[in-house]
Amino acid sequence: MVYTRVDITKRAEKLLQDLKAKHGKVIFHQSGGCCDGSSPMLLPEEDFYLDESDILMGEIGGVKFYMNEAQFDYWKHTHLTVDVTQGRGSSFSLEIPEGYRFLIKSRLLTKEEELYFNE
Amino acid sequence: MNYTKPKFKEKYGNYINGEFIDPIGGQYFENTSPTNNQLIAKYPRSQKEDVENAVDAANAAKEAWGNTSAAHRSSILQKIADVIQDNLDEFAAIDTYDNGKAIRETVNADIPLAVDHFRYFASVIRAEEGSATELNENTLSLIIKEPLGVVAQIIPWNFPMLMLAWKVAPALASGNCVVLKPAEQTPSSATFLMEKIGHLLPPGVLNVIHGFGPEAGKPLASSSKVNKVAFTGETTTGQMIMQYASKNLNPVTMELGGKSPNIFFNSVMDQDDEFLDKCIEGAVLFAFNQGEVCTCPSRLLVQEDIYDKFMDRVVKRTKAIIQGDPFDPNTQIGAQASNDQYEKILSYMNIGKDEGAKVLCGGEAFKASGEYADGFYIQPTILEGHNKMRVFQEEIFGPVLAVCKFKDEAEAIEIANDTLYGLGAGVWTRDAHQLYQIPRAIKAGRVWVNCYHDYPAHAPFGGYKKSGFGRENHLMMLNHYRQTKNMLISYDRNKLGFF
Repeated sequence: MVYTRVDITKRAEKLLQDLKAKHGKVIFHQSGGCCDGSSPMLLPEEDFYLDESDILMGEIGGVKFYMNEAQFDYWKHTHLTVDVTQGRGSSFSLEIPEGYRFLIKSRLLTKEEELYFNE
Repeated sequence: MNYTKPKFKEKYGNYINGEFIDPIGGQYFENTSPTNNQLIAKYPRSQKEDVENAVDAANAAKEAWGNTSAAHRSSILQKIADVIQDNLDEFAAIDTYDNGKAIRETVNADIPLAVDHFRYFASVIRAEEGSATELNENTLSLIIKEPLGVVAQIIPWNFPMLMLAWKVAPALASGNCVVLKPAEQTPSSATFLMEKIGHLLPPGVLNVIHGFGPEAGKPLASSSKVNKVAFTGETTTGQMIMQYASKNLNPVTMELGGKSPNIFFNSVMDQDDEFLDKCIEGAVLFAFNQGEVCTCPSRLLVQEDIYDKFMDRVVKRTKAIIQGDPFDPNTQIGAQASNDQYEKILSYMNIGKDEGAKVLCGGEAFKASGEYADGFYIQPTILEGHNKMRVFQEEIFGPVLAVCKFKDEAEAIEIANDTLYGLGAGVWTRDAHQLYQIPRAIKAGRVWVNCYHDYPAHAPFGGYKKSGFGRENHLMMLNHYRQTKNMLISYDRNKLGFF
C-alpha cells in the first residue's frame, strides 16, 4: 500500500494544470503566519529559494509540495488535501489573479498512515 | 448616529504622480464586500509597467521631498490627520463595508488611531535631534539622519486605514517617497484618502498602486529602484520579499503574524470585582475584529485551580457577543474579510474537532439575515485542547480561541513559548512579582500586562522569532526609514605624518 501525505481535489487539479500551462514549472509552499497565512502558495519554481529546511511532502498533479521543517513538526500527524475556492488572497500565489484561492483541507493520519510515515 | 453603506464610483484608478490614472493594460478587478458579497467597485489590475511608473514618479520626487524641513513635513502630516478626522464617519463606513468589520470598531478604533498616528509622527520629528560629539580635541563627529529615498510598502486587509497609517506616516515623516500597495481585498479607503489628501502633497511623494500580488506586488518588491520594502503578511511571501531584497541589498521589515498566548494566573479570581470583569473581557478579546488581528490572543492559558470557574464566565461572555449587521453600532463582530478566509476558518474548526478538541461554544458558521445573508460570518468559537494541536499552533485568523490549562508559572512560560511565533502575549495577575517576571520570560515583542489589544502610537510593536523583525509605531520607527550619515570633521591644522 502506498500512502500519501498530500492529495489534491479534481477541481483544484484542473486549475493547477491551467496555471502550469501558463506559468511553466511551479511548486507549492505551505505558508504560515498572519493574513493569508496557513494557506498553500503556488509559486514559480525558480522564484523560491528551497533548501534542506524545506520538507518535500509529496507531489500532486506533477507539482512538488513543500513545507518548512519547523512547521512540519506540528503538521506531521495530518493528511492534507489541496482544494480551491473562489476568493481573493493577498499574497504572491499564482492563482489569485484568476479569482481563486487554493486552500488546505486536513484530517488526522490513519493508524496505517502514521505507522508508514512517522514510526 | 446611523451608518450606511458608502457610495462608490464604478471604477477607480491608481494614484501616481499626483493624479488618478487608468492602468496601462486597461484591466480592472472587481472588489466585493464580505458583508453581503456584493460588488463595491472596480480597481486597477496593475502590471509591471504601472508599478514602474509609480516607482519612477517617487524617484523623481524624492530629492525635493527629502530636503524639505521637518517643520514643513510635520505641517502636512497634521493636515492629513485633520482631513481623516473631518471625514471619520465616511472612512469608518468604507472600511466596514470593504473589510466586513463592525462599525463601532472602525469609528472608535481604526480611524481615530490612524489620525493619532499621523499626529504622533508629525510631532516627534519636530522634537528629535541628531548628535554632535567631540571625539577628541580636534575631531567632531556629527550624526545626521537622511531619508532612504523611495520606500515600497505592502499592507494587509485586516485594518486597511490603520495599517496604511502605520506604514505611511513614519515614512513620509522621515522624508521618504512612498509606493503603497493596499491589499486587493481592501483597496477602497486608500483610494478615498488620496482623493481627499492628494493635493496636500507634491506629485510623486505618495503613490498608490492596486492589483494582485504576483502581478503588481512582485515587481514592486523586487524593483531595483526602491530603497526599502516594508511588508505585513504571511511567512512564504515574507521569505520571497526578502529574497528580492537580497538581490538589491535592500533593507526590509517584516510583520508576519503570531499565535499569541493570553495567560491568566489564579490571583485574577481572588476577588469578584471590576478587575476580574476586565480579565473576562481580556480573554474574550480573541473575537475582536473577527479574530483577524496579527496579535489575536488566540491561545488562552488558564491556571488549573481557577479553570472551571473562569471558563464558565468566558464562555458566557462569548455567547453574549452580538453578531451580524456590521453597520449596526450595537454589533460586536462582523463578517470575515473574504470567502477564502471563511473557508479556511471552517476547515480549521474541523481539524480541531478531528484532533479531539472540545467545542465549548460556537464551532460553526453564523447565518446573517436579510441583506447580509450572503456574507461571510463565523460564530465566535472556543476549542479546549492541548498546545500540540494544530489549532494551538497555526494562525487561523478568525474568531477561534484555543484554550488549555497550566499548573504553575514554569508550565505557563513553557506553553507560551512553545510556538514558532513571538508577536504578542497577555499576562493577567494580581501578583506584583508575576507582573514583571512572566512578561520578561515570554519570547514576544509586545507583552500586554493586565490589558490587551492596546496600540498607542507611542509604543513599539513588532515580532520575535518567525513573527518577523523591525518595529512599527514609536519614534524608533523613523530610523527604519532612514540612513545614518556620519560626518567626521577634523579641526587639526597638522597632517597625520604618514606620507
